[in-house]
Amino acid sequence: MAEILVLVDHVDGTVRKPTLELLTLARRLGEPSAVFLGPGADAATDVLGTYGAQKVYVVDAPEVAEHLVTPAVDALAQIAASSGPGAVLLPSSLDGKETAARLAVRLESGLITDAVDITADQDGRPVTEQSVFAATYQVTAHVTEGVPVITVKPNATAPEPAPATPVVEKVDVTFGPTATATRVLSRTPRVGGDRPELTEADVVVSGGRGVNGAENFAIIEALADSLGAAVGASRAAVDAGWYPHSHQVGQTGTQVSPQLYVAAGISGAIQHRAGMQTSKTIVAVNKDADAPIFELADYGVVGDLFKVLPQLVEEIDRRRG
Amino acid sequence: MKIVVCVKHVPDATADRTFTEDGTTDRDAVDSVLSELDEYAVEQALRLTESGVDAEVTYLTVGPDDAKDALRKSLAMGGDRAIHVSDDDIRGSDALGTSLVLAKAIERHGFDLVVCGMASTDGSMGVVPAMLAERLGVPAVTHLDELAVSAEDGSVTGRREGESATVRIQGTLPAVVSVTDRSGDARYPSFKGIMAAKKKPVETLDLTDLDIEPEWTGGSAARSAVDTTAKRPPRTKGEIVADEGAGGVGLAAFLTAKKFV
Ligand SMILES: Cc1cc2nc3c(=O)[nH]c(=O)nc-3n(C[C@H](O)[C@H](O)[C@H](O)COP(=O)(O)OP(=O)(O)OC[C@H]3O[C@@H](n4cnc5c(N)ncnc54)[C@H](O)[C@@H]3O)c2cc1C
Ligand SMILES: Cc1cc2nc3c(=O)[nH]c(=O)nc-3n(C[C@H](O)[C@H](O)[C@H](O)COP(=O)(O)OP(=O)(O)OC[C@H]3O[C@@H](n4cnc5c(N)ncnc54)[C@H](O)[C@@H]3O)c2cc1C
Repeated sequence: MAEILVLVDHVDGTVRKPTLELLTLARRLGEPSAVFLGPGADAATDVLGTYGAQKVYVVDAPEVAEHLVTPAVDALAQIAASSGPGAVLLPSSLDGKETAARLAVRLESGLITDAVDITADQDGRPVTEQSVFAATYQVTAHVTEGVPVITVKPNATAPEPAPATPVVEKVDVTFGPTATATRVLSRTPRVGGDRPELTEADVVVSGGRGVNGAENFAIIEALADSLGAAVGASRAAVDAGWYPHSHQVGQTGTQVSPQLYVAAGISGAIQHRAGMQTSKTIVAVNKDADAPIFELADYGVVGDLFKVLPQLVEEIDRRRG
Repeated sequence: MKIVVCVKHVPDATADRTFTEDGTTDRDAVDSVLSELDEYAVEQALRLTESGVDAEVTYLTVGPDDAKDALRKSLAMGGDRAIHVSDDDIRGSDALGTSLVLAKAIERHGFDLVVCGMASTDGSMGVVPAMLAERLGVPAVTHLDELAVSAEDGSVTGRREGESATVRIQGTLPAVVSVTDRSGDARYPSFKGIMAAKKKPVETLDLTDLDIEPEWTGGSAARSAVDTTAKRPPRTKGEIVADEGAGGVGLAAFLTAKKFV
């Protein structure tokens, strides 16, 4: 069976959920090998094994400690050259895509980005599904040349455990001249809070310009907490400074595909729809009956969000007794 | 210094875009425009020159004949000159092929800084800037919502809001950067700008001019292939109710029926 390389996304050894999704997808194509860069591999090996990693390549060099892209490319290119993998899977994050881009050029391999699903064809080769043109088309594609390099969106599949005891292999990588040409001057980590991450949440409650003020986002948060949801925002709300940019849903924000998406005070501009219209169920609250968001809504309330949302939270509490 | 801004001509994202039978974008179905996200790249390049960086701004596009429109629109916003790479053998290129053509044209022209948009509004892969950096052997400083260039110490510095952290990154020149739609609103071309653009030089190049063999680009050289394209069925409009005092209660009932409560 072909070896499938999975680039591990982690924070100091704590593996992030998208990596477990990649390992789950990798098992459809062959034997997953995790590529772990930086310190903390010991802590991560167990969880990588739980999700099926047969091997963990560890590159713990000062060059990768700051997680710049080029050292990761050097590492992956070198490991790929010696292991001849059936595919390389990376998360569709900013760093993941940039790593994939450089790697594809270096390996002269085809690149597919933002896959929402991967299956194996009869020869075990990856066939991807992508959602394109603002999520109006579903496209299947495959790589025709080289080692397929594929980035996968978060939430593409549910992580499934498949316990294995991975072989750990330390790798010494020779870093190229561009590995250190980009420096991180400062890094301000995002404070997570208790709510689920936007990309990983089953339910997302988003507010738009209709929320009309940063303090009013408490109404959106209250509904989110009642539904165990992540909070999203339109660009208009973000630009007004009412909610952090990291919560922007849409073409140039995060693209989400939850079971339930609630849009409150959001008109439904094409750029916003691009980031949410693959949600399973869509609910909208808007005081304008002609708002385009209603064209997508499975259920819509034409009304004032300041009345509808608090009543909804109250009624959910009542129903839960 | 030499600044090259990469601008892509794309099917209008606000219209209904479709595919042709061979899985490539149907360019005749809707009007094409300058990719909206590249307007921010143009804006940043112009702001750099206005902030005192002594630079010549050249726009570069790879695309069919009418891609010249994207160059004219950019030139109308400001800047000095443009390069249009067009060749039948480029049709159907993947990101690798496109980045090869762009990189060869950039090398031929010479550069200190390449400015790109964060992603096109059609393929929207967001990988071409990093591919260019790889091909040109220079740093990539991407997805910036703030950008500063220092010609004296030969560096480019920017701020990027990533998924888990906000980082300030610095690269040495020459470099490739990409900027987001938060980097600063793009200007509208003035009437004077539109008139001036007509006189600015636009050089047209083909693959021969760039020493690129025809078999290196285009659909036949693409290293990935589309198997199927299917339009998502439009979402059916659901139940829309006017709030007459019990809108929240009705919504709770819907969410309960759907098992979210
Ligand atoms: C290059 C580019 C990229 C973009 N990327 C994104 C993106 O990623 N994400 C994004 O969201 N947008 C994006 N946009 C912006 C997008 O075009 C819209 O401007 C934006 O989505 C509008 O946000 P909104 O719906 O909150 O505001 P509006 O369009 O102003 O809508 C506000 C809505 O709230 C309703 N409302 C007002 N008061 C109430 C009330 N009390 N109760 C109920 N309803 C009320 C109004 O009826 C209205 O429908 C982008 C634009 C460009 C040009
Ligand atoms: C729906 C769709 C899906 C696709 N999927 C794939 C795929 O999975 N793999 C693949 O290899 N190719 C794919 N392609 C082809 C790919 O989009 C093109 O080759 C494209 O020119 C490069 O990628 P991009 O437009 O996504 O650029 P991005 O990487 O999103 O563009 C970023 C920036 O690069 C610059 N730029 C990009 N293209 C040009 C250009 N032609 N001229 C000037 N500047 C430019 C611009 O500054 C732009 O803002 C796809 C195309 C479409 C329409």
